[in-house]
Amino acid sequence: MTIASWLLYATVGAYTLGALAALGLRGATGRVLGAVGAVTGSVATLALGAWCLGTDTRLAVTAPILPLTGLALRVDAVSAFFLVVVGVAAAAASVYGVAYSAHYEGRYSLRLLGVMFNVLLLSLAIQVVADNALTFLMTWEVMSLSAYFLVLTEHDQRETVRAANWYLVITHAGFAALVAAFLLLAAGDPTMSFTTMRSAVLAPGTRDAVFVLALIGFGAKAGIVPLHVWLPMAHPVAPSHVSALMSGVVIKMGVYGLLRVSLDLLGGGPAWWGGLVLGVGAGSALLGVLYALMEHDLKRLLAYHSIENIGIIFMGLGAGLMFQSYGLPALATLGFVAGLYHTLNHACFKGLLFLGAGSVLYATHTRNMEELGGLIKRMPRTAVCFLVGAAAISALPPLNGFASEWLLFQALVGGSTIPRAEVAVVMPVAVAMLALTSGLAVACFVKAFGITFLALPRSAEAARAREAPLAMQIGMGGLVLACVALGLAPFFVVPVLGSTLGGVGGLPFAPVAFSLGTSFRVAGAVGQMSPLLVALGLVLLVGLTLASLRGFADRRLRVGETWGCGRIGQTARMEYTATAFAEPLRRVFAELYRPTQHLSIDFHPASRYFVESIEYRSEIHPWFEQALYAPILVLLRAAARRVRRVQAGSLHLYLTYMTIALVVLLVVARWPR
Amino acid sequence: MMVYLLEAGQVLLALGLAPGLVGLIRWMKARLQNRRGAPVWQPYRDLRKLFHKEVVLSENASWIFRAAPFVVFASTVAVSFLVPLLAVPLPLDGVGDLLVVVYLLLLGAFFLGLAGLDPGSAFGGMGSSREMTVAALAEPTLALAIFALALGAGSTNLGQIVGRTMADPLAAVSPGHLLAFAALFIVMLAETGRLPVDNPATHLELTMIHEAMVLEYSGRYLALIEWAAALKLLIFFTLLGNLFIPWGVATTPNPTALAIAVGTLLAKLGILAAVVALFETRVAKLRLFRVPELLSVSFVLALLAVTSSFLLR
Repeated sequence: MTIASWLLYATVGAYTLGALAALGLRGATGRVLGAVGAVTGSVATLALGAWCLGTDTRLAVTAPILPLTGLALRVDAVSAFFLVVVGVAAAAASVYGVAYSAHYEGRYSLRLLGVMFNVLLLSLAIQVVADNALTFLMTWEVMSLSAYFLVLTEHDQRETVRAANWYLVITHAGFAALVAAFLLLAAGDPTMSFTTMRSAVLAPGTRDAVFVLALIGFGAKAGIVPLHVWLPMAHPVAPSHVSALMSGVVIKMGVYGLLRVSLDLLGGGPAWWGGLVLGVGAGSALLGVLYALMEHDLKRLLAYHSIENIGIIFMGLGAGLMFQSYGLPALATLGFVAGLYHTLNHACFKGLLFLGAGSVLYATHTRNMEELGGLIKRMPRTAVCFLVGAAAISALPPLNGFASEWLLFQALVGGSTIPRAEVAVVMPVAVAMLALTSGLAVACFVKAFGITFLALPRSAEAARAREAPLAMQIGMGGLVLACVALGLAPFFVVPVLGSTLGGVGGLPFAPVAFSLGTSFRVAGAVGQMSPLLVALGLVLLVGLTLASLRGFADRRLRVGETWGCGRIGQTARMEYTATAFAEPLRRVFAELYRPTQHLSIDFHPASRYFVESIEYRSEIHPWFEQALYAPILVLLRAAARRVRRVQAGSLHLYLTYMTIALVVLLVVARWPR
Repeated sequence: MMVYLLEAGQVLLALGLAPGLVGLIRWMKARLQNRRGAPVWQPYRDLRKLFHKEVVLSENASWIFRAAPFVVFASTVAVSFLVPLLAVPLPLDGVGDLLVVVYLLLLGAFFLGLAGLDPGSAFGGMGSSREMTVAALAEPTLALAIFALALGAGSTNLGQIVGRTMADPLAAVSPGHLLAFAALFIVMLAETGRLPVDNPATHLELTMIHEAMVLEYSGRYLALIEWAAALKLLIFFTLLGNLFIPWGVATTPNPTALAIAVGTLLAKLGILAAVVALFETRVAKLRLFRVPELLSVSFVLALLAVTSSFLLR
């Protein structure tokens, strides 16, 4: 037994025991032991991924558990990388969950939560190491369903049930596409193993069909526009550590799947594949951030940002596929590395932000930013954690979001070397969309952090808020460290990612040179930078400024009231709100949002100059979603009405159906070819 | 060792010149408007006065409010380490490229935006909301201008862009270069809070952006922010002057070349200051909701810059 296989068994064992403990034991014991299983399992997952990446270990396990194909597991470099992604976010979320789930006690089923949480983590770990289509699809379905049950935790809320239904329908539509894609890929091979798929020779039309089906199936899970509608509904209503996991990891399985199928199994394709992925990525990124800006529910805002970041990741993958098809291996590696790096980074900072939002929710019982404010003084540690996450997702140097976006910019700028000018011209547009996205993300997170944590509390709940429990702080703190470390050390991360991709889909083994000294250079990139030195410089400069002010400037300080144009006694009613903050951008992008406003003023009966009450309502209609989904819903309802006639309630009729179906199946199966 | 000293000297020069540049524009504007105007060195006096004044801090403010001036100042100074003011190549050129410059400035804007919200005054919130809007909308143009420059130079690093244009003088008059210059000029006006986007001379009006955001600041904190804002203006002027018209920048660190570099730098800053002063006396401030139109003009210019570079390659 090697260390790697020990770690694999430890992963499976810990999650299983965790699930059993949560199922069998009642109350706090079950909750804590279930969480212990989750924590141990995710640490083992992380260790397995890191060990296989670090020592270049490959591992293959086959067990005859499943019919026909058996359960086949194989850890290669890509799987190992995704094991790390899963492990990091899962470890933080599980630690956090120990304390967070305590407030569900007596209200909702902790048993369901504990079991499904472990099952979800187990399915995530197995899925990225699956080596045949049946294993992959089975664990995919287990993942989808366990996530569904987790979303349903607060099942007595109408909003939750609606969100879970949308999630279930879209995820299964995607699943159908995936089954079709894998059946086409397997091309009649009953073992459905990935190895034969890699060597299978498919007609170009079939390859295109597989790719498009995979893009739909994995895109639905990843939440790219227009298949994203479930995401902003489902993520906010789940328990916060589950939201962190869903946004940080579950939607990344779409990225994993698309990478596995398009690059590894199909070995890349024509340029339009990459162009399509790049296009939907850019569209998702921009639309995601634009909707996030208008959102004042903290967790929904974060959910929309997941759409944005998945879009950024897809831009990296799309650029990589494009470069690969034009025979530019160094640039292709750069594009994929940017996508993968952002995948890991997003798992860290989005996980962190959802955990931070969870702490806010835990302390104030509201997700509405307009009722928050002033939390930085009441929850100082949560505030610092959220601030780091906000700066990281806004791609501010020297944190991790910047490192991966910089790589993506470099890849896109490098796109000017594509030999066909009419294709290369697409790249500047992508650069502009990425830049607008990250600019708007900065604005959005100034709003999110500023309105939630700064100024005066806008409600009694916010004024009474207390700091989150220790376990929750540890969960957040771990991810803060990850964000900082991943930001400072691209010279370490990029070569590892490069070697992850080495050999996959014919990509070269990472031609990456780097130095700790002054600069950090990547093959294919046209620029250089070193976030480590930038960070050192910033720290040094802040220190120098402080020191020189000490000798030179006046150090007196007086605390007074905020200046309110001569008005005395400032209250929270005078503060800027989230709606007001986003107003300029709402006007600029009014075509997209189509805001509706309603103003009604009640005057005093005696005189119009005395106003009794003013009511102002403003809504943003997701017209784009309605236009897309309303016709589908109408069709589905009509079809369902027709089908209902078949279901007559008569047992005899049902037996007849079954007999007919059986006979038809037998005839089809025995039909001479 | 010499080159590091040169780098440090360059930053000190930038820090020293920055307030004077603001004073120069103000003085020229006053002259163009038939006023006598304050002397060019007035901003230095203002800074000195502010450094020696007591700070009044809002009771609602958190540590963000006190940290922001230092972050803003440090990030702007860090940027000036990366911008070729006098000489190329500099030892720290590889630490950050043009993208790092843009995002470091955004880091400052992020903290200023938070600091505007922190004391809970409606003015500050309004200022930071508007500042973030303008910054976000200026971002695509900046990225495309970088793209256009990188296309010509084969690098996004500032030292290499300067070096490449010097080696190939014809590139400086190519349509791509000229269009990118125009785009970046408009973005400069927006990013540094000049007319027609923001009025740097206004106080306590509903039209203002930057001034509203920093309204709660006083004393040494305000001094740091004002100084950083002046430095940002100087950095944008230097980018316009040295990236597009690089002549005069020293390629070897000998005294004669450096003297020429200082001379040409002063001349370039003077000319740009005159252009901005003239421009600011000729235009009125735009309504906030007309600003996106101006920025989309600059965006289209930048897109044309990149496209023409592609077509003329």
